[in-house]
Amino acid sequence: MQKYILRRVLLAIPALIGLTIIIFLVMRILPGDVLTVMFGEEGTLQLSEDDRQRIIASLGLDKPIYLQYVDWLEDIVTLKLGQSFWRSHTVMDLILNRGPITLEIAILSVILSWVIGLPVGILAAMKRNSALDYAGRFFSILFLAIPNFWLGTVIVLTLVLTLEWKAPLGVINIWEDPWKNLQIVWGPALVLGLGQAAYVCRMSRSALLETIHEDYIRTARAKGLAERLVIMRHALRNAIMPVITLSGVLLGFLIGGSVAVEQAFGVPGLGRTLVAAFFERDYVVIQNLVLLYGIVFVFVNLIVDISYAWIDPRIRYS
Amino acid sequence: MAQVNPATTTGAEGEVLVQEEARAPQGWWWVIIHFCQRNPMGGVSGVMIIVIVAIAVFAPWVATHHPTQEADFRALREEPSAAHWMGTDDIGRDLYSRVIHGARISLFVALVAVVVGDFLGAAWGVAAGYIGGRFDIYSQRFLELMMSFPTLILAMILVLAMGAGVWTVIVAIGITRVPIAVRVIRSVTLSVKEYAYVDAAQAIGASSTRVMIRHIAPQCVAPWLVLATAHLGSVIILEASLGFLGVGVPLPTATWGNMLGGPVAAGLIPRWWMVIFPGLAITITVLAFNLFGDSIRDALDPKLRGRT
Repeated sequence: MQKYILRRVLLAIPALIGLTIIIFLVMRILPGDVLTVMFGEEGTLQLSEDDRQRIIASLGLDKPIYLQYVDWLEDIVTLKLGQSFWRSHTVMDLILNRGPITLEIAILSVILSWVIGLPVGILAAMKRNSALDYAGRFFSILFLAIPNFWLGTVIVLTLVLTLEWKAPLGVINIWEDPWKNLQIVWGPALVLGLGQAAYVCRMSRSALLETIHEDYIRTARAKGLAERLVIMRHALRNAIMPVITLSGVLLGFLIGGSVAVEQAFGVPGLGRTLVAAFFERDYVVIQNLVLLYGIVFVFVNLIVDISYAWIDPRIRYS
Repeated sequence: MAQVNPATTTGAEGEVLVQEEARAPQGWWWVIIHFCQRNPMGGVSGVMIIVIVAIAVFAPWVATHHPTQEADFRALREEPSAAHWMGTDDIGRDLYSRVIHGARISLFVALVAVVVGDFLGAAWGVAAGYIGGRFDIYSQRFLELMMSFPTLILAMILVLAMGAGVWTVIVAIGITRVPIAVRVIRSVTLSVKEYAYVDAAQAIGASSTRVMIRHIAPQCVAPWLVLATAHLGSVIILEASLGFLGVGVPLPTATWGNMLGGPVAAGLIPRWWMVIFPGLAITITVLAFNLFGDSIRDALDPKLRGRT
């Protein structure tokens, strides 16, 4: 097992280096120069030559391109991650300040998707073509079609119009004031969790339906086990695998999706910081936050692979 | 008679043709009717899609006002009424007309992005699967990297890199489809490659290009259609998300995402009709495409039934 984990971790390293190269290249193929992107066509024309040079130097863009890349790698390895152009924050400050809320939303919504999606999926598979099965399928199809940011906007609007309730403003971490923190994160977590529950429900239903027809399940039934035990102890163990992979994929999807949902709820998480950086054309912040999203994605996949091997011993030895 | 009627040709070939005609007497109509009988949801969603596409194509005639230029400053943020069926927005534009015109942009962006992105991905997938070796390994590694970004964020930085505009949004969204299409079509290619008729084609000296185009690609058409219809729904949501975040098709173009995002970005509390109608438009359209995609999948590829 240790050997397997080590091998997977080592495989992640080239992936991370590849990420930095891709982001670096995309940020350098910006049409025109960075200044135009940051200040707009007209803004650039109004800059004096001195200002131009100063800004370019402060962004490190006067150096040859390979040195720029090496500088960035150095920033990453030393965890400095550069500085916001418009504010005094370093990108690391932003991540430490805004990151916990986004992480909380992601974890809560994954938990929620399992708590809702898994039981519904299991019951739907056990009682195939029952009313519950149809209801589950109907809602999962519906939730796949509803854009999460719209659902978020509708919830915010409904609460404002009927209860005149708004989530507290600003960054309030769970260790500072758990109750207020919960008021901030519940909305995005609910919306993202419901959307994911639709996938989890669909996947667990179809995976379970497939496993139920295997020989070893018939054996388990033949030896007189209660149906509940057959499902819980035998069928679920195999059926859960695709659901775990799916959750991994979804978690990546979720950190992307949370950008729009945070915007809808006005939650000051990383996603909203990224959107703000896009509007301010805050070059350094965008570059590093996108890298962070990529890194998280790679690590989620790593954890999925490892948990896969942990649940299914066959994978470790192949 | 200048043309030879296939049914009257004699010999073995003629018999085959007659048999085929007997199996599908009404041609395309028969296929469509048969499809609707076996997939009632597919039929219903197909009709929904036809209606939505018709609305998009004939938007200027379906709409009652101009989507961007007709702003009535005496009717700001007005409730739905006989004059404005879905109310008006913050600067007095008719919401109904904007939703109708939004269908145009959404469908256009989605269709072009999916066709181009998935087509490129499919061509790449066939090549990677058939040629194999180093080319396959490197392209797999590269595509894995592309897939390491959440789709929305990948699309966002691509739009940033290329500058805002309808075409850059299309390209950005199309690029997010490529790795998925490569993965699916490559795996189809890998299994098709093993068939004896591919060996036969190689044995009689067909070039790699010919084998890929004439013998492998046709087998990929059905899975490609399944993939592309499934992508249409998710791409419409992606485009709307970009618009909602303010990095999609630039203002003042009326897109569903822009309509929802405008008030939120401005920090205003929107009126209910400004939120409900564009959102419903997205949901209904995506629902139609998803249901249709599911039915297409069931019809073309029964092995995938009930999966994903």
